[in-house]
Amino acid sequence: MEQLKIADKTFNSRLFTGTGKFSNSETMRDAILASESELVTVALKRVEVGNQKDALLSSLTHESLSLLPNTSGVRTAKEAVFAAQMAREALETNWVKVEIHPDPKYLLPDPVETLKACEELVKLGFVVMPYIQADPVLCKRLEEVGAQCVMPLGSPIGSNNGLKTRNFLEIIIEQSNVPVIVDAGIGRPSHAADAMELGADAVLVNTAIAVSPNPVSIAKAFKLAVEAGRMAFEARLAPRATQAQASSPLTRFLYE
Amino acid sequence: MNNFKAHLNSYNWDEVLDSIFLKTEREVEHAIASPKPTLEDFKALISPSAKPYLEQMAAKSKAITKKRFGNTMQMFAPMYLSNECQNICTYCGFSLTNKIPRRTLTDAEILKEAQFLKDKGFQHILLVTGEANKTVGVDYFVNAIRLLKPHFANISIEVQPLDQDEYELLIKEGLYAVLVYQETYHEATYKSHHPKGKKSNFDYRLETPDRLGKAGIHKIGIGALFGLEDWRADSFFTALHLKYLQKTYWKTKYSISFPRLRPFSGGLEPKVAMEDADLLQLICAYRMLDEDVELSISTREEENFRNHIVHLGITSMSAESKTNPGGYVVEPQSLEQFEISDERSTETIARMLQESNLEPIWKDWDQNW
Repeated sequence: MEQLKIADKTFNSRLFTGTGKFSNSETMRDAILASESELVTVALKRVEVGNQKDALLSSLTHESLSLLPNTSGVRTAKEAVFAAQMAREALETNWVKVEIHPDPKYLLPDPVETLKACEELVKLGFVVMPYIQADPVLCKRLEEVGAQCVMPLGSPIGSNNGLKTRNFLEIIIEQSNVPVIVDAGIGRPSHAADAMELGADAVLVNTAIAVSPNPVSIAKAFKLAVEAGRMAFEARLAPRATQAQASSPLTRFLYE
Repeated sequence: MNNFKAHLNSYNWDEVLDSIFLKTEREVEHAIASPKPTLEDFKALISPSAKPYLEQMAAKSKAITKKRFGNTMQMFAPMYLSNECQNICTYCGFSLTNKIPRRTLTDAEILKEAQFLKDKGFQHILLVTGEANKTVGVDYFVNAIRLLKPHFANISIEVQPLDQDEYELLIKEGLYAVLVYQETYHEATYKSHHPKGKKSNFDYRLETPDRLGKAGIHKIGIGALFGLEDWRADSFFTALHLKYLQKTYWKTKYSISFPRLRPFSGGLEPKVAMEDADLLQLICAYRMLDEDVELSISTREEENFRNHIVHLGITSMSAESKTNPGGYVVEPQSLEQFEISDERSTETIARMLQESNLEPIWKDWDQNW
């Protein structure tokens, strides 16, 4: 399987994970390690910046894991930039997942503010990973301002509904010059495999693992599904046939 | 419609109450099966006809809550700053006519109480006062927030209703949420329980969430005080209020609380009793109506009820609360606003949650944005 490269980092795993909704830090850590994920996102608002013994952070110290702070909770570009700067200082990383959802109910991302924030953050030297609606034009605009990848949603966050935005994801994947990571809505391993078969470069899964009765086993299942989907994509899937192709009734006359 | 009052006036209390009592088991079944219950479905879910379906409702509420909130519980603690009050409220220990020693915490006292709560692990606090605009007005709140901001990630208030510009000022200082319960949406009953003081103005209180929404607050907590009126009708109007607010101020988060009348010195008997089964039914109904709304339970409720309800829809809870100013350290013996029921320590509550597979969340906000 090809390695995934985003900015200056390469990843063996194409499964990114989150840290919310787990019943305790040990389960979270065990599940994340079982997933073999190498990039794990953490809401900055959950972390006690400056506290060396912060329970969430200390359970994520592992050589295989890179932390990806996210700006969940902010409502504007200005707040996102501020949060990213705080994260850079506190977690010593210039990577940031830009999440700007002014709507606290469905947590849908604000495209206008996200674009503004990304433009600013790139100038400040950040590697930005924007969480966005599956909007192909927005993805190109983000690419233009220097976003190192795009993270379109499959369906509303936490919904476990799979790839409801499939048609748009296909366009995004077709057009993108930066890695496309399908974020949000992936509720089952088959959804993850689906996204990878479609050509997504990676997926981010949180709720489906955290809320499962067996987070560790389901994390492993996601790992396998992502690998299977990617392998299938690289091997190229056989085309889908809508009818049997036994004969050539339209062109047969040429040879008669 | 640019405020809730006009919306509320298009309903008739008695008709609403009757329609709730007329809901049939069939309508309850329909509501339970519906993926997106409407306010009519909500009426069915809180109706007497839904009682035989409580187990089913609890299962559904539990599953929805888990999907949306995961295995977590947001923790907060109230900090009473003052019991001075110019209102007469028939059910409240701080009511003007109650002859109790009045106290408003000084800066040093606020910090002492803060240290206690901080040591317990709390990062989200709720500041509570009576209504004494001259001594405990906006200036006092600005000062309190400035004192506390370095120590807590998230500051909310439950104080007298304020004007929009006053809220804007407090938000700039770092205020996250305001809790303002209507007590009852029945205007005549409201007036009879609030005969004197600024609080006797039903409309001003009712329109508080509108002023908060316009001020751009992060979170608004609403609710009714159960016992003043029929809890079913008041809950319907609370749900109506919630839906109105969500549509109008879509950037704001909402929270519902379920205070039931508690005994205090010289207290009032509830007009319509609300049993534990009723409260559970209501919590499940809210969760089914709205997957995302925060549902909060305080230490007013009993230990056993709290141990179970944490799995069935509740997403935020307090622990070890004191309802008197200075109650934690400064003057533990002073008179409380009401008696709490669950007196377990914060540590015990945290352990109870962990043992039942829920992670207590202490910090879920940051003062920097």
